[in-house]
Amino acid sequence: MLKELFPNVVIEDLLVATGETFYMTLLAMVGTVIFGVLLGLLLYLTSNGGLWENKGLNILVATIVNIFRAIPFIILILLLIPFTTFLMGTFRGSNAALPALIIGAAPFYARLVEIGLREVDKGVIEAAQSMGAKAKTIIFKVLLPESMPALVSGATVTAIALIGSTAVAGVIGAGGLGDFAYYHGFVRRDFDVVFVCTVLIIIIVFIFQFLGDLITKKLDKR
Amino acid sequence: MITIEGLTKKFRLNHKQVTAVDDLNLTIQDGEIFGVIGYSGAGKSTLIRLINRLEEPTSGKITIGDQEITALNKNKLRIARQNIGMIFQHFNLLWSRTVSENIAFPLEIAGVPIEEREQRVNELIELVGLSGRENAYPSQLSGGQKQRVGIARALANNPKVLLCDEATSALDPETTNSILDLLVDINERLGLTIILITHEMHVIRKICNRVAVMENGNIVEQGDVIDVFLKPKQPVTKKFVEQVMGNQDGDLDQLIEDYPSGELVRLHFVGETTNQALISKISREYKIEVNILQGKITQTKLGAYGTLVVQIIGEQNEVNNTIQFIKEKTSVEVEVLANA
Repeated sequence: MLKELFPNVVIEDLLVATGETFYMTLLAMVGTVIFGVLLGLLLYLTSNGGLWENKGLNILVATIVNIFRAIPFIILILLLIPFTTFLMGTFRGSNAALPALIIGAAPFYARLVEIGLREVDKGVIEAAQSMGAKAKTIIFKVLLPESMPALVSGATVTAIALIGSTAVAGVIGAGGLGDFAYYHGFVRRDFDVVFVCTVLIIIIVFIFQFLGDLITKKLDKR
Repeated sequence: MITIEGLTKKFRLNHKQVTAVDDLNLTIQDGEIFGVIGYSGAGKSTLIRLINRLEEPTSGKITIGDQEITALNKNKLRIARQNIGMIFQHFNLLWSRTVSENIAFPLEIAGVPIEEREQRVNELIELVGLSGRENAYPSQLSGGQKQRVGIARALANNPKVLLCDEATSALDPETTNSILDLLVDINERLGLTIILITHEMHVIRKICNRVAVMENGNIVEQGDVIDVFLKPKQPVTKKFVEQVMGNQDGDLDQLIEDYPSGELVRLHFVGETTNQALISKISREYKIEVNILQGKITQTKLGAYGTLVVQIIGEQNEVNNTIQFIKEKTSVEVEVLANA
């Protein structure tokens, strides 16, 4: 039955491609969260009235974030080929896609982190200051824990955008479902392959959204 | 002792300069509950935030004990703040932490080792009456319980001073009373100085020893609560006293018109408990009748305070003797409003 409906789908290849999509998304997420939180904190702390208020640095970081957010991912990945080659030794394969994925997603996530941090009650920060807390304590014991649900739901949105980007990364032969759908499906006119890849990507997106919502709900004690 | 000298705070607001606190001087004794009352915009909130330098003063000097707060650098200020507790109108608890964890937070900041921390947290939970709620999150607590957590948190590092920024303004009257009782209890048990700001005279009346009235960034009147209640000088103070006592003189003319016979007298009760049976005493000892027309007596921390307007009917001689007696033998002040 399945063989008749999808005559050109090879399960083993499909599983490999799905694995690659997960691999790229998860690894890129790790990098995105690290750089995104750092940049988001920097944006928040250096802003007007922030703990490290610094107009110059704020404008600098905001500009960098805005530039990288403005570049369409397909162009970014091509622009970064020299950098990727220098960093990873090659610009093909799943690992080679990571720098571009992270550089594309981190600024986006940084903005979501900044928004999440802004939601933290100013009064609570003030209370911590009145107890004599250091900036480090305020960051790690007040700002990050109090904004955690926003950080996680922001990460969910970012991860789903990243799944889309991994598919685009197929153009540099990154592997994954996007690559598979294009080279094994579209190019050979085997549209059943394209269809199955699409369904799989949708399922992956649903899984991420479900998990993200679940964790956000668990964390939110408000 | 806390001394504030020449304290000034200026803000820039939309390109206009606003003076929130204007060359203010104040002395607060150790162990007292000192109230600052004023309408919103009077600068009282800024004043209390200047004391632990949540706001940086534009000029002036603040000294707590032998430490000049305004002269401390950032690091020393942080350490000094661990000895100044503060509670807030909106409690400002961390919602991501349980009751215990919230109370432990200042101990973590002060670097108290974990076993000691747990023990101290348990003591504090006991002290503020939250036993059994240790593992609840703030969202599961009522307003009064949240403020109890706030108080426990503020007391964690054994501060010498507790600053209360409109601590009961978000609470209903009954809860307000229970929180005020707790503050008095803490003040007596731990001997710490409490500075509280409020716009409710009721709060001042109930727990404060001394009060300062603020208007336009300055203290316009201050003194023992009982004196301020009895003889408010400034219009703003009179308004606040009316909040609790009602308008004393509102329908006095009407009363004089309505009760033309005998003698109309106003009695001032001033913070004593010995004269509370005065009315029954004079009506027993003199051949007079006493008719209570209007009045209000309220209890302050230092005793009863209030006024009664009474009509004394009887032979002129007896009436005069009665008034003489009250004037000379009791601390109740008499004011003759009208005689027939």
